[in-house]
Amino acid sequence: MSFDLTQFLQTFYEESFEGLDAMESALLNLDVGDTDSETINTIFRAAHSIKGGSATFGLGQVGEFTHGLETLLDQMRDGRRSVDQQAVDLLLRSVDCLREILTALKDSKDFDAERVAEVGKKIEAALGVEDTATPVPPNDVAATEGAASIIAAKGWEISFRPHVHLFRTGNDPVRMFRELESMGALSVVVDTAALPPFANLDPEESYLAWGLTLEGDITKTQVEEVFEWVEGDCDLTIEPMAVDETVELEAAPGVETQAVQEKASTPTAEAENGGLPGSAETVSEQTVVETKHSSPALTSVAHPVDERQEQRRGDDDRRQSTKSADSGSIRVGITKVDALINMVGELVITQSMLNQLGEDFDMSRLAKLQEGLTQLERNTRELQESVMQIRMLPISFAFNRFPRMVHDLSQKFGKKVELRLSGEQTELDKTVMEKIGDPLVHLVRNSLDHGLETPEARRELGKPETGLLHLNAYHQGGNIVIEISDDGAGLNKERILAKAIERGLVSEDENLSDERIYELIFQAGFSTAEAVSDISGRGVGMDVVRRNIKDLGGTIDVTSLDGRGTTFTIRLPLTLAILDGQLVRIGEETYIIPLVSIVESLQIRSENVNIITGKSEVYQLRDNYLPIVRLYALFDQVPDNTVLENGLLVVVEGEGQRVGLFVDDLLGQQQVVIKSLETNYQRVEGVSGATILGDGTVALILDIGGLITCSRRHYGNLENTKWASAKRTAAA
Amino acid sequence: MDIGEAIEATSGQDVAVGTEQYLTFIMADEEYGVDILRVQEIKGWDTATPLPNTPTYVKGVINLRGTIVPIIDLRQRFGLDTVPYGPTTVVIVLKVLGEIGQRIVGIVVDAVSEVYNVSTDDLKTAPDFGSSVTTDVVKGLATVEEKMIIVLDVDQLLKDSELVIDTEPHSDAL
Repeated sequence: MSFDLTQFLQTFYEESFEGLDAMESALLNLDVGDTDSETINTIFRAAHSIKGGSATFGLGQVGEFTHGLETLLDQMRDGRRSVDQQAVDLLLRSVDCLREILTALKDSKDFDAERVAEVGKKIEAALGVEDTATPVPPNDVAATEGAASIIAAKGWEISFRPHVHLFRTGNDPVRMFRELESMGALSVVVDTAALPPFANLDPEESYLAWGLTLEGDITKTQVEEVFEWVEGDCDLTIEPMAVDETVELEAAPGVETQAVQEKASTPTAEAENGGLPGSAETVSEQTVVETKHSSPALTSVAHPVDERQEQRRGDDDRRQSTKSADSGSIRVGITKVDALINMVGELVITQSMLNQLGEDFDMSRLAKLQEGLTQLERNTRELQESVMQIRMLPISFAFNRFPRMVHDLSQKFGKKVELRLSGEQTELDKTVMEKIGDPLVHLVRNSLDHGLETPEARRELGKPETGLLHLNAYHQGGNIVIEISDDGAGLNKERILAKAIERGLVSEDENLSDERIYELIFQAGFSTAEAVSDISGRGVGMDVVRRNIKDLGGTIDVTSLDGRGTTFTIRLPLTLAILDGQLVRIGEETYIIPLVSIVESLQIRSENVNIITGKSEVYQLRDNYLPIVRLYALFDQVPDNTVLENGLLVVVEGEGQRVGLFVDDLLGQQQVVIKSLETNYQRVEGVSGATILGDGTVALILDIGGLITCSRRHYGNLENTKWASAKRTAAA
Repeated sequence: MDIGEAIEATSGQDVAVGTEQYLTFIMADEEYGVDILRVQEIKGWDTATPLPNTPTYVKGVINLRGTIVPIIDLRQRFGLDTVPYGPTTVVIVLKVLGEIGQRIVGIVVDAVSEVYNVSTDDLKTAPDFGSSVTTDVVKGLATVEEKMIIVLDVDQLLKDSELVIDTEPHSDAL
């Protein structure tokens, strides 16, 4: 068949990886000892479709490997094999192996054949131990790969004795012989014994019989197929040419016809039978099994509920699978697309309405126009929201790798860990998701390595032996919050402080709050781990984590209770593309403050303003003193006024600190599309990006965190700037 | 991008081998040239949104059909006297190849002049002015119609590090 399959190859890989993910998560859900057949079925189905697919695409190695795996699973499913930890581990390892093979094949690279072979052997060994029956070679593999080993030797001897009425059924022996000839070397001996004298001969009846010898690499099934149409109209025996000691079922011709009919649906079992001194019992058992394999429809009928779950899970997995390296494509639920199309429809209607209105417009129809514009605005907003929705993925996509990781690592560390995931359906932008994965991995590893104690230590402390690691995600305002908390030892303040002093990060006599001490762990090269393990302790982690999160416009905080555990809280913007902003004006320029960072805006009362040491202005807001940041000074702009009472103070929060930004005016709130400055320029301190306003001009979006850092420095070396002297003059 | 690509597509046929086309512009009575394949478009001067904490010659950013493009005042970049922008003042939008790939940057010049064919042989290396800052941005000098044209190396002129204030330690900023 010269049918081009390559176009489906990508889909196959995608689906296979999904299958592997599904297998992995199901394996991790599998309770050792308690065999939940549904879970095993899930795993089995995934393995089976990978095998089937790989056979279709001629990926022999994958097929072979999966086949052993499948047999193992099959035995588990039938309860012939117990599901113990060892088996689960082996299966997990096989999943890894398969993933490696598939990744390698996809990238046209070599994979670690040795390791694959090793795992393959382990599977075989496992099969050998408890398994009495030889693995069932499944039909698809056998058919595609030729499966040389299971085909009976050199050829077949066929005795074909048609009944007299053969020709009336429309069959022609010559055609059948020709077909046989196409398979291999065929020799035919005709038996004319039954031929009547010429006078009695009815040309419409068949009197001849044939003995055929077919040599070649042919399965019995293939031979049988040729005779399929004449089964009832002849006496037929098909025997292997190699002289077999065993008396095959086919010995009695009458029975054989029967058997052929039965076995037509289970060709592999039949082929097997040809080569093996088969026990009838094994054969029939395998037949049943095989039927189950080859008819997924049957399985789905039997477990409709499971199928639905599977589908739902499949949906998630599918979305999750998009994370894989080449994130060029995204799978979107059809409902989301439908919603989009609906909205576009509405937009078109609104547009044509406005068009009509515009054609002969007079002031009397102003109300109508305004109404239309409102509608347009609504449509646009909805459309925008739906488009954003497309990019949104549930965070389970990022969380999904953790059960496996925790499973592996906890074994490695000899710790007992319960991983609890919650809020997995919380959605966030695909780009954010991709970038948050690594920091999360780092934090989870840290918790496992440093946070949670060994079972012994926990017992001594009177805690349950099994430590708890909790990953939680939820929405809060325009942010998504991800919490990673453990009930381990908590951060060791003394050790962090000692280390920081040793590194010269803080001076010895400095009196730091707990918060500031915890902050220190985010410094580059900071690790208090006594031993450097390959998991953590090299001190390259936390600063990278923080930087990655910062790059996403997010923040990370840590709280810790001695002996009670540590919680890392990550706050991220839902999306990187759009932001709710407050437009503010300074002189002629418009700036945008992210709405999420604004605490409040207020008019300045001079009695609340104090100047500390003649330099730093603070504003008393209720019980707090806020540093006042004169934005125009920081940005070197000409403001409308420099008198605080005439402007407004926007209280913002960033870097865990509140400051008051002094601006000329508040303009309005709107959603703005974030454009990166770095595309054509570079990062500018205190500015997170730019946007294009309705009038086409560019407005800068303020980065509050950066602004605060920037202002600290600015006010720090303000002494000699002209603004400072101007202020002094003004104050005087 | 469109103009540049269009030129790129046709230039192979129109221009003889060993000849390069340069767009020239006037600044302080001198004629400067840039490789025309690097020119994306030429547009009139319009106000730019100023960027804080940037060198004075970075005039700010403009909206170029949805793309944010930084604008550099070439006079200030070269330390020439500033003149008020007039009706002939234009922004030449250039494609700059740097470490991070292609960027789009606009330069403000007094006026555009001509497009010249200059054979590579006619392009003389600029004499060594010693430690003068601007020599590395000069690709060479060419004489066309008895005039001298200062051919600029766009990538050197607008390379990333040139657009930053290097007096401030950026590493600890973020």
